Amino acid sequence: MDIVLGIRVQDSTIIATSKAATRGISVLKTTDDKTRALNTHNLLAYTGEAGDTVQFAEYIQANIQLYTMRENDIELSPKATASFVRNELATSIRSRKPFQVNVLLGGFDPKTNTPSLNWIDYLGTQVELPYAAHGHYRPDMKLEEGLELLKLSLKELETRMPIDFKGVYVKVVDKDGIRDVAEY
Amino acid sequence: MARRYDSRTTIFSPEGRLYQIEYAMEAISHAGTVLGVLAKDGIVLAAEKKVTGKLLDLTATKEGGYGGSGEKIFLLNSNVVAGVAGITADANSLVNFARQAAQRHLYLYNEDIPVELLAQRLCDLKQGYTQHGGLRPFGVSLLYAGYDPHHNFQLYHSDPSGNYSGWKATSIGANNGTAQSLLKQEYKDDITLEEAIGLTLRVMSKTMDSTTLGSEKLEFATLTVDPVTKAPKAKVYRPAEVDALLQKQGLAKPDEDTEMKAT
Repeated sequence: MDIVLGIRVQDSTIIATSKAATRGISVLKTTDDKTRALNTHNLLAYTGEAGDTVQFAEYIQANIQLYTMRENDIELSPKATASFVRNELATSIRSRKPFQVNVLLGGFDPKTNTPSLNWIDYLGTQVELPYAAHGHYRPDMKLEEGLELLKLSLKELETRMPIDFKGVYVKVVDKDGIRDVAEY
Repeated sequence: MARRYDSRTTIFSPEGRLYQIEYAMEAISHAGTVLGVLAKDGIVLAAEKKVTGKLLDLTATKEGGYGGSGEKIFLLNSNVVAGVAGITADANSLVNFARQAAQRHLYLYNEDIPVELLAQRLCDLKQGYTQHGGLRPFGVSLLYAGYDPHHNFQLYHSDPSGNYSGWKATSIGANNGTAQSLLKQEYKDDITLEEAIGLTLRVMSKTMDSTTLGSEKLEFATLTVDPVTKAPKAKVYRPAEVDALLQKQGLAKPDEDTEMKAT
């Protein structure tokens, strides 16, 4: 029942994740952050089996940070990061106990000044998408318009979801890195 | 007394030296010269072939595949060409390792391996042989000419100890001292690829013992970036192309008939 949304706009990518951590019918926590910053320009948002998700996200985070340390502070691009995550999940599904984790990867490539949004599921499917949410979308949207669209999407979810998901954390990845958007 | 310390790679001499590594480097300084020059719009690599002769069967290499005539210059990945100096058999093994390392990176990240990272991978392997006993170190130095989006065009050198360093222009193998002092005199920071090709061939013609250059003694490669796709483009010259290039630069050997008449 977790919600993970992503919208790629002109010069940034917006990621929103629901704050509720639920087990069955109970809401256990209302301040759960379902994202991990992999490096300055890559944000991983995840859903899936409890336990698997954080374990996997932090394993990826550690490996991406290790790469940066080893390669003289060269950061892995969003495309390379997405390929790496896909590879890990594709290897995992062929193992005895696969990770049941789906992720959205919001990134910004400072080399080419392009924002990106990658959708990767536990089977190892990877697609680069303009948005992973429902709504009215134009690729030339400004960040403000993107956040407006996110509001519409969330309103729709609040109407249709059977439970209260306790709002969302919203984060933006752009040329300056990853930052929180407070007013959500 | 030195004999006690030079038989194994892993033992320091009392003066703190690793003799086997120094012997390996000595072996390299007798190998054919390899020269690399970094330009603002590309890199040039040239190598002197030592194994030649009238009776050597070159029919297979005459046409040349994508890797060209392939004794000293190898394509390691689509963005890296390397020139090797030293024991050819050792070099082949390292080239194979480098190609696998590059492919592993491509498999994992879906991106070309950064040039420095590839140099590091090889140096980690080479360094291992200076520490783990019973084995001989690789008797090979390499020049890597590569391109990646992080640092654009790069030229690296690595030696048998596992040390590597980046250069604007450098040389390994026989007469590398002469070559490097010539390069130091003539290199300019904003050199173009065309100028670098000229410089490389001029220096090669001075350092090689033969008076005239030809494709049977010279290997040649350039690395540029495709102006449209921005993808790195390695070109390992085929023997006929090397001869054509030398002709253009006015460094080709005179026609064989005139040579025959002269002798």
